[in-house]
Amino acid sequence: MVTKVVEKFRTMKTPLLSILKELQKDQGYLTEEVLKEVAKELGLSPARVYGVATFYSLFSVTPKGKYIIRVCESAPCYINGTMNILEMLQDELKVDVGETTLDGLFTLELTSCLGVCGVAPAIMVNEEVYGNLDREKLSHLLSRCRGM
Amino acid sequence: MEFYRNHILVCTGEPCVLKGALEVESILLTELQKQGLENEIRVIRTGCLGPCNVAPVLVVYPEGIYYSGVKPGDVQEIVAEHLVKGRPVTRLVGTDVEKRVDVVYQVPQILTGQERVVLRNCGIINPDEIVEYIGRGGYEALGKALIHLKPEEVIEEVKSSGLRGRGGAAFPTGLKWSFTASGEEKYLICNADEGEPGTFKDRLILEGDPHAVLEGMAIAGYAVGAEHGFIYIRGEYTLSIERVQRAIDQARKLGLLGKNIFDSGFSFDVEIRVGAGAYICGEELALIESIEGKRGEPRYKPPYPGQTGLWGKPTVVNNVETLANVPHIIEQGAEWYKSIGTPGSPGTKVFTLTGNIKNEGLIEVPMGITLREIIYQLGGGIPDGHSFKMAQTGGTAGGCLPPEMLDVPMDYDELAKVGSALGSGALLIMDDRHCIVDLLKCFMRFFNHESCGKCTPCREGTPRLLELIEKIMDGTAVKADLDLMAKLAENMEISSLCGLGQSSPKPVLTLLEYYQHEFLAHIEDKKCPAGVCKKLQVKGVV
Amino acid sequence: MELVELTIDGQEVRVEKGTTVLDAARSIGISIPTLCHYHGIDAIGACRLCLVDTGGRNLAASCVTVAEDGMEVKTNTPKVREARRTVLELILSAHPDDCLKCVRNRNCELQTLAENMGIREFTYEGEKPQFKQDDDNPAVIRDSEKCILCRRCVAVCQDVQTTRILFPQNRGFDTVVAPDRLAPLGETACIFCGQCINVCPVGAIVEKSYIADVWAALSDPEKHVVVQTAPATRISLGEEMGMIPGSIVTGQMVTALRRLGFDRIFDTNFAADLTIMEEGSELIHRINNDGPLPLITSCSPGWIKFCEHHYHDLLKNLSTCKSPQQMFGALAKTYYAEKMGIDPADIVVVSVMPCTAKKFEMMRPEMDDSDFQDVDYVLTTRELGRMLREAGIDFSALPVEDYDEPLGISTGAGEIFGATGGVMEAALRTAYELLTGEELPGLDFQAVRGLEGIKEAEVKVGDLTLRVAVAHSLGKSRQLLEKVRSGEKEYHFIEIMTCPGGCIGGGGQPIPTTDEIRKKRLAAVYTEDKNMPLRKSHDNPGVQKLYEEFLKKPLSDRSHRLLHTSYRERGKFE
Repeated sequence: MVTKVVEKFRTMKTPLLSILKELQKDQGYLTEEVLKEVAKELGLSPARVYGVATFYSLFSVTPKGKYIIRVCESAPCYINGTMNILEMLQDELKVDVGETTLDGLFTLELTSCLGVCGVAPAIMVNEEVYGNLDREKLSHLLSRCRGM
Repeated sequence: MEFYRNHILVCTGEPCVLKGALEVESILLTELQKQGLENEIRVIRTGCLGPCNVAPVLVVYPEGIYYSGVKPGDVQEIVAEHLVKGRPVTRLVGTDVEKRVDVVYQVPQILTGQERVVLRNCGIINPDEIVEYIGRGGYEALGKALIHLKPEEVIEEVKSSGLRGRGGAAFPTGLKWSFTASGEEKYLICNADEGEPGTFKDRLILEGDPHAVLEGMAIAGYAVGAEHGFIYIRGEYTLSIERVQRAIDQARKLGLLGKNIFDSGFSFDVEIRVGAGAYICGEELALIESIEGKRGEPRYKPPYPGQTGLWGKPTVVNNVETLANVPHIIEQGAEWYKSIGTPGSPGTKVFTLTGNIKNEGLIEVPMGITLREIIYQLGGGIPDGHSFKMAQTGGTAGGCLPPEMLDVPMDYDELAKVGSALGSGALLIMDDRHCIVDLLKCFMRFFNHESCGKCTPCREGTPRLLELIEKIMDGTAVKADLDLMAKLAENMEISSLCGLGQSSPKPVLTLLEYYQHEFLAHIEDKKCPAGVCKKLQVKGVV
Repeated sequence: MELVELTIDGQEVRVEKGTTVLDAARSIGISIPTLCHYHGIDAIGACRLCLVDTGGRNLAASCVTVAEDGMEVKTNTPKVREARRTVLELILSAHPDDCLKCVRNRNCELQTLAENMGIREFTYEGEKPQFKQDDDNPAVIRDSEKCILCRRCVAVCQDVQTTRILFPQNRGFDTVVAPDRLAPLGETACIFCGQCINVCPVGAIVEKSYIADVWAALSDPEKHVVVQTAPATRISLGEEMGMIPGSIVTGQMVTALRRLGFDRIFDTNFAADLTIMEEGSELIHRINNDGPLPLITSCSPGWIKFCEHHYHDLLKNLSTCKSPQQMFGALAKTYYAEKMGIDPADIVVVSVMPCTAKKFEMMRPEMDDSDFQDVDYVLTTRELGRMLREAGIDFSALPVEDYDEPLGISTGAGEIFGATGGVMEAALRTAYELLTGEELPGLDFQAVRGLEGIKEAEVKVGDLTLRVAVAHSLGKSRQLLEKVRSGEKEYHFIEIMTCPGGCIGGGGQPIPTTDEIRKKRLAAVYTEDKNMPLRKSHDNPGVQKLYEEFLKKPLSDRSHRLLHTSYRERGKFE
């Protein structure tokens, strides 16, 4: 798989970020094997590839839940009640920031501004952004993720 | 073009989409079909229209009626009443959803008093259709530049327009271009790594009028002699990435990007690079490192990118909004541009209004407008009967201003005088319910998360500031801690390697200066005047 | 040469265009503190200690600010002093305050700066980074809690050695210099060269110490403890004991070791001479039997591991000779044991080495041809210094004594093993005479001496023109080997040394080890060579006797069993 993705970006100069982004789609995080393989394919040291993967917050080197909930903690959201949202999520999911629920469904994270301050407080669930959140909307959202 | 009696603009900015704009659109299309109006009324998707707090928003032209907070169930009524019978549905008109003012031709308050240059097309054209951009005069400036102007003349025009970088650093754009070293291979980079909290102008420009940015890039590339352009977009901005890619494809198809544009001999193409979650990559050299597939850590400068940039080649890095200004300057001239704004900061500025303000959203106004005008006229004031307490200009890396400074003109130099910055154009408004110290903690947590870790002052200074703030909130700080904070912040400002560490102390320093009483209340009286700091809440404190 | 003229603290100074403000200031006696800057290796302007005022709103990092005409620099103003002090205080706020028990106590750049800047209290206190120590290998210990993130080790590992193991991981306050996966070094392709140790300003990377084990062996009456000293230790131990770089202390070192209680003081130089006999014979054999050529030296254990990771195709080119240290170990527990009638089980072989990779080498499972682990403990030059200080031995007042026989006899050829190009030169001295049967007219091969990264020479040996090359530092070695691989260059014989300058610049040598100091140590090596009565390995009477009594001849069966080894293919990354 790594070879295929690397091939896809063959014409791109210094394509490491694009390659990692694409590869992360597969398992939701970058496995040790994938990172090593990328290093080999690109002729980079594994330390450098790992250094890049751990620098950017959209990359992960540890397994994540099926749904990564990123709560925006920037000031516009903060003013509009980020902390309430965060507390609700912590209560509901019984995990702390950075942790994954036991059923492997949710990972709770913080993020900086998502650029949707008009609908603060906002969260991002995988690639989707949700705004104007309150308790009701949040539990509706979680139920939907849980397939209930 | 066929003639339509009505155009309905459906805002598909992110807030509207999040609130169901696409569902509304599809019901609208079905309803129009049911009424047999599909050939008379055209539905157009637009980028952000501005009043995000009342999303989703539809506008019906030619009347110019804004419908806000439209639910799927409302659509049938709008079609039946307004479009069939010509009677606007007054209960949905306007942007103040709560009051449902009974005014028919109300243009949202946030859209009055604006002067739209960069946002000229936003919300007017369908960003996915290059012909609509061209229909509004798009790519004429590029043609003019390539056919009638020499690269030096383009630079001269931009120089004399006084345009300054809209990403935050405010460096004169024309000057930056003129400093680009000579060389066979050069690059032009559009910085769309918009990460400053409370800022989403670049996203809305990219989503609402992507061709304006591409055209600006091509002109800039011609001016500095770069044939390769990169647009580095934040990874979180999925819709922007999509729209810009579509715009690039369309421009290529029409020969507006690619080899030998307008038969001028000039070739230029654009490639998107996507970020992966790092605020620091908004810093130009960190961004370059990131494109090079590295950790986004800033390099020291000089050498500046204009000498040694991407892959060691001369490189110009400009912000989205800066580049979107360029076609207008080329088309209408430096003199026209200078007639807008202030002598030191000509032109308009796009601001994003967030926080405790009635009309949250995007505005474009001439430079030099006062904070008061923005908050109380365009912004509609502070909601729910609260009073204004603080405005942070320029995003989290900007300074914080108290009520006494509401009349400060919003331009680069005036804001710098009061210890703040215009920065990216983010404007965060905070009312009296909030605690200054608590908010400062929020700011510092952000920097603590986003410091790249390369240089000492930023890497080690930010957590130390955060810890001092927490001490204040815990009631364990002493007065000397305030001096220590100020000393640390001042030294971080002058010692840090890049703009991040140099500007993250700004909120600390301005808040310490303008709200000293509130810090002292925490320390000496062990009270949080706003009643926010939980460990300090004692009886009788409001 | 184009000059620029500027003023620093009111003094006018003219420097070559391109000179940094830091160097310009130093040239007129103004010392500016630095941490991340390391001459010739690292200039990233990250630590911010070298801030100066160049008139701008913000201060400038002088290590990366190029001097310009008319510049007015101020290095000692209240603003500058306070900014530097704040930077230092911030570093200290994240650094453990455990100097008393740190290996680098009294040889720590951070400590010196704290003293110079008059730090008398910790201004900022708060969370410090927490990491587990990595001591899961025989040679190098990393303690990331002490790391100040100057990245000098990264520059050495990435650029000088191109081993590319260490790199910044994570971001911001969580940044840590580590291998990929934050894995222990033992699980990576680290070659344990220890160059990172030499450039570390603090105690974040140190050698694994075997001092306690050696003390225990010395005090065990059942054990016969012998020590061997590597060529490059006698010209550097003096530095470790406070003497000037380049001090030659061979005899004092022998005396000191004897006083520590070693039963016999032997010399790795003996084994180096033996290596020349074996390797020289191997070269001649390969030349006469169609290769494989080039023959590449095998005495530098860091290089061996590097080759096993990255140059599988060149493993066949490696000399099968063990390194002198390991030849010595195998002989100590066979030839010497037999000769002395001591049960090899009771012999403890201690090496004093300029090297940390030797600690890894001694633990290689195949290094047990005596049926025991051939070498038991490796001490670096620095560790020996610590033992001497602990034992209260006043080094400067020591008399000079001689090595013991039989394994202490050596020649100048053995001594120059410590310098880049030395193995080559020693081999040429012997190969010439063995091949031609004539006496070599001049012993000094200047072409292979000195700090040039890659050196080449052609030497007429009878009818044969021997093409040789020498490289030191693995970065330079990589460049050379790539040319060999591509066929661009052809040689008969290549010497590779892992460390810049060869063993005199090894990872176990006194800190600091700079190019200036390397030059002085190199000069000392060649002085020591000149001073030796015998300067050709084949003239070593001890070696001659060893062949007579025990090995018979070079490349004999017994030689092969005890003195030669084989290599394995290791993964590229682990």
